[in-house]
Amino acid sequence: MKAKNIFLALAGLAVAAALVVFILPKKEADIVEIGVFLPMTGGVASYGQMGWAGIKTANKLEPTVLGKKVELILVDEKSDKIEAANAVSRLIKKEKVVALIGTSTSGNTMAGAAIAEEAKVPVVSPTATDPRVTQNRKYIFRVCFIDPFQGVVAAKYAYENLKARKAALLMDQAQDYCVDLANFFKQEFISLGGVITASTFCQSGDQDFTAQLSSIAATKPDILYMPNYYTEDALVCKQAAELGLKIPILSADGAHAPELISIGGNAVEGFTFTGHFAKDGATTELAKKYIQAYEATYKTEASGFDALGADAYFVLIDAIRRAKSLEGPKIRDALASTKDFPGVSGVMSIGEDGNARKGMVLLQVKNGKFTYLTTINP
Amino acid sequence: MYRPVRNAPRISALITAIGVSFLLENLGLVLFTGRPKAFIRPELLSGVHTFGNVRVLDLHIWTAILTLLIFLSLYVVIYRTNTGRSMRCIAYDMETTKLMGVDVDRIIAVTFAVGSAVAAAGGIMWAMRYPQINPLMGILPGLKAFVAAVLGGIGNVGGAMVGGLLLGLLEILLVAARPDMAGYRDAIAFGILIFILLFRPTGLMGDRLPD
Repeated sequence: MKAKNIFLALAGLAVAAALVVFILPKKEADIVEIGVFLPMTGGVASYGQMGWAGIKTANKLEPTVLGKKVELILVDEKSDKIEAANAVSRLIKKEKVVALIGTSTSGNTMAGAAIAEEAKVPVVSPTATDPRVTQNRKYIFRVCFIDPFQGVVAAKYAYENLKARKAALLMDQAQDYCVDLANFFKQEFISLGGVITASTFCQSGDQDFTAQLSSIAATKPDILYMPNYYTEDALVCKQAAELGLKIPILSADGAHAPELISIGGNAVEGFTFTGHFAKDGATTELAKKYIQAYEATYKTEASGFDALGADAYFVLIDAIRRAKSLEGPKIRDALASTKDFPGVSGVMSIGEDGNARKGMVLLQVKNGKFTYLTTINP
Repeated sequence: MYRPVRNAPRISALITAIGVSFLLENLGLVLFTGRPKAFIRPELLSGVHTFGNVRVLDLHIWTAILTLLIFLSLYVVIYRTNTGRSMRCIAYDMETTKLMGVDVDRIIAVTFAVGSAVAAAGGIMWAMRYPQINPLMGILPGLKAFVAAVLGGIGNVGGAMVGGLLLGLLEILLVAARPDMAGYRDAIAFGILIFILLFRPTGLMGDRLPD
């Protein structure tokens, strides 16, 4: 009996060893591997799943570069900073990818940035908008605008269009993005002549905001600015309606997910936010091709996070093509000299600082749909 | 699932429970994906009552009534029925209870059924209050429930309820009184857990040491 077990165990080991020896090192020369790290599960899973759908659509539209087939390797970062760093190091050290796309949120992109920087592997983030993401980094790029621009546009909209003079803030203090963006809004709003009546905090994953909303309501603001992620946004709107707090609520690109409407329901009617992409505001040729391909596959409307995922892919492929090389430093230089690239979300240029210069759209929820209001150029 | 670890030390049973919960949560992630889904709240419960400055949802009133009802029936089951007496006996001394002719397997199965039913009721009420559901939504409430049970005294139904109320009030009052301290909310809850375990391991209302 015992001898038989040992024999079985040995046989198992032999098979495993054979697999490792014969299957793993088989890396074909005519394949370009690009690592993708996105939040496929966890608090902001919608960003990751939309982004991944966008990247796959872009890959279908442009499947080759330098005559080689592009292969995407996806690792889930679980909406978690530590997992994001692990995903990056796994993609670089184990999968040996030539470049990375990821991730949706600023804090998690920063968590992976140091590893990629050290390994000289370029990273293109679709939607990390916090300015600190690319600061003092040579290999980190993004295809989205940055938060100071977003905060200024929101503050101007609140002050000029909504004639708001008193604003309250509610920010998710677990997210660098939310806190920094709220501060950019605050600076601009105050310099325009407005007052901030309340600054309140919540935490990713919170479900009850009644305490914060009650203290906000007590200060009688004209608007509420809460640049948080869609799950929190939807619940806050619902609870604000239940508490009878009837003031316009402004938010930012993090709100752009279908869950905002499916969970928020009637409570998010009139909810306005600054975003990356609106189907009705799309102008480029690539956008038309992309929207058609995306909607044919996924049967839903193309929106911000998938369009930006696609842009990250297109920009990276364009850079590899211009670099005529798969070496990190060369791709990096090509990325840093991206000029007037006609992407899905508009025409953009990327500079040595790693940031994209491009327009922004203003969106509003009307009749249970995201509606395009206007485009603002920097 | 628990049968093999029933006679093992308590810690093994606890670790098994945590393991199974991870398995179920991640199975949920695979089957339903991590994207939150909306949970429909019946129109019947969406009404709002205003008393001066205070706004109360129908849902809140019903949640309180239902909780009280569940609490009372749980109390009756545990302290006023034969099955309940057997449950308490097993918790005290499984070997002796077996000798008294009690069908231990059946009672344990019933205990699990009752526990799961109460947890399901709690989950549904939670989902109606915060109308979105995802496979990982139960982790933090589960941990908080554990803190509440320890605070009230493990093995004491009334204690768990008092502990839950106390914990909830403390958290919400902290956030309302000091909005800038809102981030310390969870820290306070788990701080209480440490404090109770250090200075009053039987909880506020517990009378015997849990082992």
